[in-house]
Amino acid sequence: MSNSGVGACGLSGWGNYPRVSTELLAPQTPAGARDHLLARSGVVARGAGRAYGDAAIGTQSTISSRGLNRMRSFDAATAQLTVEAGVTIADILAAFEPRGFFLKVVPGTKFVTVGGAIAADVHGKNHHRDGGFANIVVSFRLALPGGEIVTCSRSENAALFAATLGGMGLTGMILEATLRLLPIETAWLRQDTRVAGNLDAAIDQLESSESTTYSVAWIDCLARGAALGRSLVYLAEHATRRDKDMLGPDLAPFPGVRTSRLSVPELFPGWLLNRASMRAFNELYFRRGAAHQGKVRLVHWDPYFFPLDAIADWNRIYGRRGFVQYQCVIPQDRARRTLADILDRVSRRGDASFLAVLKLLGDASGLISFPLRGYTLTMDFPVTETLFAFLDQLDALVVDAGGRLYLAKDARQSRATFESGYPGLAALRDIRQQTGANTRLSSHLSARLGI
Amino acid sequence: MTGTKSILVIGGSSDIGHATALRYAREGWRVTLAARDLEAAQRNADDIRTRSGVEATVQALDVLQTGQLAGFVAGLSALPDTIVCVVGELGDQLRAQTDPELATTIMRTNFEAPSLLLELFAQAFEARGSGTIVGVSSVAGDRGRASNYYYGAAKAGFSQFLSGLRNRLALAGKVRVVTVKPGFVRTKMTAHMKLPAPLTVQPDRVAEDIFRADVMKPRDVIYVARRFWLVMTIICALPEPVFKRMRI
Repeated sequence: MSNSGVGACGLSGWGNYPRVSTELLAPQTPAGARDHLLARSGVVARGAGRAYGDAAIGTQSTISSRGLNRMRSFDAATAQLTVEAGVTIADILAAFEPRGFFLKVVPGTKFVTVGGAIAADVHGKNHHRDGGFANIVVSFRLALPGGEIVTCSRSENAALFAATLGGMGLTGMILEATLRLLPIETAWLRQDTRVAGNLDAAIDQLESSESTTYSVAWIDCLARGAALGRSLVYLAEHATRRDKDMLGPDLAPFPGVRTSRLSVPELFPGWLLNRASMRAFNELYFRRGAAHQGKVRLVHWDPYFFPLDAIADWNRIYGRRGFVQYQCVIPQDRARRTLADILDRVSRRGDASFLAVLKLLGDASGLISFPLRGYTLTMDFPVTETLFAFLDQLDALVVDAGGRLYLAKDARQSRATFESGYPGLAALRDIRQQTGANTRLSSHLSARLGI
Repeated sequence: MTGTKSILVIGGSSDIGHATALRYAREGWRVTLAARDLEAAQRNADDIRTRSGVEATVQALDVLQTGQLAGFVAGLSALPDTIVCVVGELGDQLRAQTDPELATTIMRTNFEAPSLLLELFAQAFEARGSGTIVGVSSVAGDRGRASNYYYGAAKAGFSQFLSGLRNRLALAGKVRVVTVKPGFVRTKMTAHMKLPAPLTVQPDRVAEDIFRADVMKPRDVIYVARRFWLVMTIICALPEPVFKRMRI
């Protein structure tokens, strides 16, 4: 029983938009996954379904990696961990944080699979220093559409390796990967909060903290005028044993997973998300943050890296029509003006998420990895009649500044926007042609964008 | 690793077997997985070793070869502290109605073979003076239904076997027997079925409840999910003239 199909079903990404019909296959072993891949076309792999839009939905069939959830081996001497592609970051941290290891790169949720993290080359709050998830990948085993299984690393099948990092599952299906874990003295973070009165101040702060491991700014999207872009900037380092003994002598060095207690009910009343309640929330949020200014404190790794994971199914607050998470990156030299323009339009439109995230990124790894040296801004928008025309206007600003949109979040950008942002596209297409992936592997995202 | 406890899981290639072994391994128990499909058992053992850092080994065993069971028990390098038997096969009820060989396999897999094997462990545990036997049966054994009565009948037999064994061993009070009755569990065995979400649990839940019933808060019979106890009590209370016309 190494294979089982679940059959035709409606699938969507984390944003609940779009929702499309596909055949969903649920193999229970890597060999079973390969067999499905060999027998299908219009197919793509899907991990935990945490890509927001249509990246992990095959035009005909979708192969879930959730059954590929076994860890293979760990070598403490080299800190190298080999896992099947459906193992999640949460699984890895639950098993290895107590043993003094962490992942050097984690995205904003721990509920993504390793296969998904590689395919989207996800980034964390340290991208400006440590690069994306690609940088902790030693090697992986990739099933090609012809059924062949190849090992890829920086020295073996290097071109395929680079195309698969951030390649959105369009080169083959990752079955297994070897990652390098990060030894840590404690699992706590030493966090320092700074208040930035506007966007310029936030960017100044991020720029001057480039040597800090983790940095991120939370922007109050409701602030306008002179306060446009007012932010709390969070800076953090892994706490050493000495930091912990000074700041929290009674705390366990490796406190384990902090389990979630909250969850959003299926029918979240939309009226709770109105401007008045958001404004009140943001005011509280900023006052609380500002009160921490200048005080270095220890923060648990789970809420530090994964604040929204504490609220299960938070995507439901946007209701049945779903939402779009808009994430762009603007090259560093154009960032201040373009981001101010975007934020101004967003604050005047008024229905974006009340908080946005601003972060400095470093250089890219894969052929179509999202990051480039510059600033990335992330906001949620509920899907409405007028939303897509509005986002097209933002796209024009992004394109004009030489920026691009994150494919793992995208559900609606145009081909023109995509092509102008991703110069590595031609090289990816070549590789897809060589492996036969171009005629066999397609997601709704790749079909929409002509990859 | 002397002094640590050990668990043997029969049916170590299954999802519930895997989850159960992992739960014990997280508490430092050494794990042995016995299965017919050694490759699948090895995949589970590798996972358990990697996640928990404890020793996890595999043993080949085809429980249907009942003549070899005594040799298997005698050949173990050490007798485990707990044995968990999750051997089971749902089988295709419709086919079994016209295929006596399949019907026989379903009944042997779910009743005959596990019972013969656990009797051997009961005797070995008695001789040692300690041990826990966990038998994973099913709520399907509580009442015969049209959709799976070969499976259900065999599980009913297994539940009664465990009940009788417990009764026999309780007098001496050294060896415990735990009957586990899962309802709907999301596993390879049920991957093709539509299961009612409020009554369906993940294999982790079964593993957690087994560990509790064995180690933390000793119990004789457990239902997983627990609310299945109520469901089955109601189903068992229906008079046969009513039940026979129902399709549940």
